[in-house]
Amino acid sequence: MALRDELGPYFGEFGGRFVPESLIAALDELAAAYELTKQDPTFAQELTHLHATYTGRPSIITEVPRFAEHAGGARIILKREDLNHTGSHKINNVLGQALLAKRLGKKRLIAETGAGQHGVATATAAALFGMECVVYMGQVDTERQALNVARMRLLGATVIPVTNGSRTLKDAINEALRDWVTNVDTTHYLLGTVAGPHPFPVMVRDFHKIIGEEARAQVLSLTGRLPDAVAACVGGGSNAIGIFHAFLDDASVGLYGFEAAGRGIDTPEHAATLTLGRPGVLHGARSYMLQDEDGQTMESHSISAGLDYPGVGPEHSWLKDLGRATYRPVTDVAAMDALRLLSRTEGIIPAIETAHGLAGALELGKELGSDAIILVNLSGRGDKDMQTAAEYFGILDGAPN
Amino acid sequence: MSLVETGLDAAKRATGGALIGYLPLGFPTLDESVEAAITLAKNGVDVLELGLPYSDPVMDGLVIQQATSIALENGFRISDAFDALAQITAEVETPALVMTYWNPVLAFGVDSFAQKLKEAGGAGLITPDLIPDEAQLWFDASEHYDLDRVFLAAPSSSEERLKRAIESSRGFVYAVSTMGITGTRKDVDTAAVSLVTKLRELEAEHVGVGLGISSAEQVGEVLSYADGAIVGSALVQALASGGVEALAQTALDLATGKPATA
Ligand SMILES: Cc1ncc(COP(=O)(O)O)c(C=O)c1O
Repeated sequence: MALRDELGPYFGEFGGRFVPESLIAALDELAAAYELTKQDPTFAQELTHLHATYTGRPSIITEVPRFAEHAGGARIILKREDLNHTGSHKINNVLGQALLAKRLGKKRLIAETGAGQHGVATATAAALFGMECVVYMGQVDTERQALNVARMRLLGATVIPVTNGSRTLKDAINEALRDWVTNVDTTHYLLGTVAGPHPFPVMVRDFHKIIGEEARAQVLSLTGRLPDAVAACVGGGSNAIGIFHAFLDDASVGLYGFEAAGRGIDTPEHAATLTLGRPGVLHGARSYMLQDEDGQTMESHSISAGLDYPGVGPEHSWLKDLGRATYRPVTDVAAMDALRLLSRTEGIIPAIETAHGLAGALELGKELGSDAIILVNLSGRGDKDMQTAAEYFGILDGAPN
Repeated sequence: MSLVETGLDAAKRATGGALIGYLPLGFPTLDESVEAAITLAKNGVDVLELGLPYSDPVMDGLVIQQATSIALENGFRISDAFDALAQITAEVETPALVMTYWNPVLAFGVDSFAQKLKEAGGAGLITPDLIPDEAQLWFDASEHYDLDRVFLAAPSSSEERLKRAIESSRGFVYAVSTMGITGTRKDVDTAAVSLVTKLRELEAEHVGVGLGISSAEQVGEVLSYADGAIVGSALVQALASGGVEALAQTALDLATGKPATA
């Protein structure tokens, strides 16, 4: 069977449904509705129309030769998900799920968000479809992504800062799950990545696989061949699986996911789930995760809110164990260097999440040599990160340099 | 033999139904949690439900979350739970179930966990985020060590799933009274009665009702149709604010809700 055809609920020994019984009916309903939409051409038409008239799909690709000079001369091509409406890949999944929620008659959308991009995309869809929207966001993240909090509120969403646990994405998901258990009759939980209980990992992947499908054709038409490597950052793994998926069965194409090494994988402050984690159950699925000996989830660290997560989607765990994809850690410092480099060489300011993939591509280029073609998912733009970047680089007037 | 079924049947004969009391191990300290559990057993609680503190308790409301995070901050380890449990079961006859999210059991090793639980005198497990569909390892281990398995049934569960919960459980089926998480509520949801009625029609022998029960009156109401009334947050709150004395008083008060005294 082609790797692309994996339908869940399990990816090898990963995935499944480790959630309270109260949620099973809603997950069954969602899975069934999702299956129906696959056979329903009007759903696909509606989504395609929205993507063409609202998201701005297909997104373009951009070759970045000045940046590539720093990557051993390999050709680097960016898939520009940053140009989507709301500024990241997240909108692909959000519009798909929001349409589905509408069909299920749900009037209320809830979401978790780390960087705020998924929250902004969900608030946007709620505004577009006239639905109520509540976004849970770790308090640490509401501070470092304050601009996105303002965007969500302007769009009419209620943003609830989560003050328990590590006060980041993991705890925002817990709180969203608690809300969902309580309000599942009226509410759709619009999960923002390829994690969580079945059907979320497959459904979210399917809504994002358009990234790789478009990019595969675009790279073929630009270069006449498939890329040697496809690179993306990995938090929960949605933008990575989105760009990987179309290439899963192209054996010549190396797939590389770059996760956050934070202050370094030799320190406790990282989010290198696939590099240093062990399989376990978190947020409804079995997958690699950062946990202590007792199975308590460990706190992750990354300068990037969207990668600051101690879990990862089950399909990535499966691809890792199969050896089909390679996952590597990238430090805060390497990511910030890559962020500045792309800004200065190409005039494109990426999100800090995305910059992890770019930093990884710089290393890959040196390994693969100057004949290589590397496709990178430019998952989002960096506007939301200006506060962090300004502080990091000391580039505001009056700030110490 | 199911320790919990025996306990529920004895409570039914003596007082017309069982009070099932939840407290987390390790809160406020490990030693005090042992004392607190023993206090419950000596003050009208018929079955103990001892929670393992966990980093990501998605079924728990604020009161229990706060208590379990204190336990974790104090350095609670899973191995401490077996020591605490052994101390409790040495002191009182009351059947003691452990309530745990699934990952700590997986990380410990399901078989080793079951063995330790048995050695410590534990009756079995309540597993809020493990559904029977994913529970093969736990079926094997619980059969091998003769332990009770308590799965959840929800107002949203289909008839097929209710059947599965009944067939999979030993001890009792945990009927979730409302769509929600733990925490005290003014009224027990009417969904509880209809859920228990459905479970009875499907021939569930023992049913406990939990979520939102916090007064003697609610205990009485629930025990008019179920075998056990499960109280958690109200007990945790009492322990947190007034120590074991307040806990004993709250447990005694709740126990007055049982339909008949012996
Ligand atoms: C721009 C961008 N890229 C990547 C991510 C990480 O998520 P995922 O791994 O699901 O793509 C985020 C998450 O917030 C994001 O905003």
